[in-house]
Amino acid sequence: MQRAALLLSGLCAVLPAAYAQSGNAFNPAISLTLNGQYASYGYDPQGFALPGFQLGGEAHPKPEGLSADHTELTLSGNIDHRFFGQVSAALATHDDQTELELEEAFVETRGLPAGLGVTLGRFRSGVGYINQQHGHAWDFVDAPLPLLAFLGGGYYDDGVRLSWLAPTATMLELSVEALRGGRFPGSDDGGSAPGVYTASLKLGGDLGTSHSWQAGVSGLWASPERRGGHAHSHDEHDHDHGFGPAYFGGDSRLVILDLVWKWAPDGNAGSRGLVLQTEYFQRSEDGDIALQHGDHAHHGRYRGSQRGWYGQAVYRFAPRWRAGLRYDRLWSDNRGDAELLEEAGLKDGGSLWRASAMIDFATSEFARLRLQYTRDETQAKADDQWLLQYVMSLGAHGAHRF
Amino acid sequence: MRKLTIALACLLLLAALPAQAALRVFACEPEWAALTRELAGDRADIFTATTAQQDPHRIEARPSLIAQLRRADLLVCTGAELEAGWLPMLLRRANNGKVQPGTPGYFEAASAVELLERPARVDRADGDVHAAGNPHLHLDPRNIARVAEALSARLAELDPAQAPYYAERHADFQRRWQAAVQRWESRAAPLRGTPVIVAHRSWPYLQRWLGLEEVAALEPKPGVPPHSGHLAEVLALAEARRVPMALYAAYQDARPARWLAERSKVKAVELPYTVGGAGTADLFALFDLTVERLLEALR
Repeated sequence: MQRAALLLSGLCAVLPAAYAQSGNAFNPAISLTLNGQYASYGYDPQGFALPGFQLGGEAHPKPEGLSADHTELTLSGNIDHRFFGQVSAALATHDDQTELELEEAFVETRGLPAGLGVTLGRFRSGVGYINQQHGHAWDFVDAPLPLLAFLGGGYYDDGVRLSWLAPTATMLELSVEALRGGRFPGSDDGGSAPGVYTASLKLGGDLGTSHSWQAGVSGLWASPERRGGHAHSHDEHDHDHGFGPAYFGGDSRLVILDLVWKWAPDGNAGSRGLVLQTEYFQRSEDGDIALQHGDHAHHGRYRGSQRGWYGQAVYRFAPRWRAGLRYDRLWSDNRGDAELLEEAGLKDGGSLWRASAMIDFATSEFARLRLQYTRDETQAKADDQWLLQYVMSLGAHGAHRF
Repeated sequence: MRKLTIALACLLLLAALPAQAALRVFACEPEWAALTRELAGDRADIFTATTAQQDPHRIEARPSLIAQLRRADLLVCTGAELEAGWLPMLLRRANNGKVQPGTPGYFEAASAVELLERPARVDRADGDVHAAGNPHLHLDPRNIARVAEALSARLAELDPAQAPYYAERHADFQRRWQAAVQRWESRAAPLRGTPVIVAHRSWPYLQRWLGLEEVAALEPKPGVPPHSGHLAEVLALAEARRVPMALYAAYQDARPARWLAERSKVKAVELPYTVGGAGTADLFALFDLTVERLLEALR
C-alpha cells in the first residue's frame, strides 16, 4: 500500500505541471446532503390528492411526524479533458421500504466549439426553473404545488440534451432534450422512440450591480401510452367499489414560463438580499382514460386543460437569517365522461391554493434550520400545517445554479 | 428581406471585429483585471466578474457571468478554492472549451505563488477553510510580481503575434512595481511588529509582508459571522494586548469592527482589499492607500 502511494506520488511529480490548477482537489468531489423534518397535518397525507390532476412520480407531501426521508449522495468530477460526470443517488423511504433512487447519472461535454454542449444519461430536465434544483436547494420545506401537479415533484429521465449558448452579453441559451419518457409525465411503454421531448429558451442578465434576472420559456411534449397515476383515494365514500388506478394514454403538452429576480446591495448577497421567483404552467392533454373495474376495463375520452402558478419572495435580513412567503395556485378544466373523470381523480376541484411562510437560520453555508407554516386549501378540508426541517451537507459542496 | 440579411451580416461582422482585435479576458477579481490591464494594455478586452464591494467567496453563478465566460479567450482567477462556490458552475454552463481547467486559457494566480496557512487538517468544524491554503494572496505585492511573470508568459502563449509587446509591457511593469514595493516597504517600516485584529482572515500575506501580527479574528471561524460572545472575548484580548487597529475589507460588514472601536482604543480601519475598494483606481493606488491607512491608524 505504502509502495503504491510512493509510486503514485512519483508519477504525479513527473506529470507536466504546465497548467497547474487546484479545481480538481477532490476528484471526484463527494457531497452528502442530510435532511429531515417534523411535519404536522390536519389530514392524512397518505390520501393526498389534487382534484383535477393525475399525480405521478414523487408527487406527495412530506411524511407526517418525524422523518428523515431523503438522504442524497452526489459524486462529480471531470472525467477527462472532454467530459464531466455526475451521479446523484437518494436514499428515500417509501412505505417502510428504503430505496436507492438514482436521480442523476450523466456525462456532459466540457466546451464543444461554438457554444454547444451535450448532456447524456439521466438528468433533471431543464424545463422551467425549480425543476433543475435538487430538493436541498429549495427555499421552502416542500415543492410548490405546480411542480407536484405538472412534473411529478421533479422530472428527471434518461436521454440526451443539446444546448447552445449565444455569444452575447445577455445570456441566451437554447436547449432541446429527447428523453425516454420513463417517468411522469411520460410512461414507460417500451419501444425505441423517446417518449418526451422538451425545448427551452433562457435569457438572463444584470441591471446595474445590484440586480440580476433570468427568464425562460419551456415546452414539454409527452405521448404516454399507459400512464398510471397514484391510486385515487376515496375519502368521502365507500372504499370498496372495485375501481383500480386510472391510466392515461394520449398527448400531453406543457408550457412553462419562469422568472427569477435577485437583488442584493452592490451584488453582495452575504448580508442582505431579496429573491423573487415565479413560474406559470399550462398543460393540455388529449387522449383516453382507462379504468380497471373487476375484470372489465372502462375506457373514455378525456381532454384536460390545467393551469397553475406559484410566486415566492425570500428576503435575507441578516447574514444568517432569511424569511419567505409563497403562494401556489392550480386550476383545471377537464372534459370527458363525468363518472370516469371522478373515478380517475380528474374531476375539477375548484379553487386549489396554498400559502406558506417560512423562516430559516443557517449556522454556516452548510447547515440550515427551517420553520414553515402552510395554509393548505387543496384538500377536502382546509388545513393548517407546521413543518420544521434541517438541511445539511457535508463533504465537497458544489457550486449552485443561479 | 435581402436588406435585412445584409444589415444582419454587417451587424455580425461588427460584433465579431473587436473579438478579432483583442484577447477577451474574464477576470474573476478586480486585482487580476488590473494586472491584466497593466500587462496587456489595449490588446485585451477585460471583463471583471466581481467588484471590491463583493465577497469573492460568495458570488452567484449569474447569467451575465455565464454569457461573459462564453466569449472569453482567457480566464484569470485566484484559484485555491476562493471561487469554489461559483466558478465551477460558470465553467460548466459557459460551453467554452478555451477556458476549461487544463487548457492555456485557464489561469490561476495561486499556481504562481506559495500559499500560506495550508491547514494541517481539513475539517468543516474549523469553518470555511481552504485545503489549498489561504487564497487572499494578492495582498503581498511580491506575489503580484510573481503572478505578473506567469500571466505575461500565458498572454504571449495565447497571442504569440503580440509576444514582444507583452514582454515589453511586463518588463516596464516590473521596473515600476519593484520601485513601488521599495517605497512602500520603507514607508511601512514603523508598522513592523504591530498587533492587529482582523474581520476575516483576509490579510496573512499583507501581515507577512509588513510584519503585522494577527492577534484575533472577529469571525469565530472563517466564514461564520461574528456573534456577541466571541466579540467580547476579542475585546478583552484587544485591551490586554493593546491592539491599535482592527482591519476589515471594503466588502465586509463594518459593524463588528466599529463595535470594537467604540468600546476600546482599537481603531476600525477599512482597507481597500482590492482595486476599486475605497476608490482606488489601480494596483499602485491599492497598496499606496493600504499602507497610508495602516500608518494613519498607528499614529
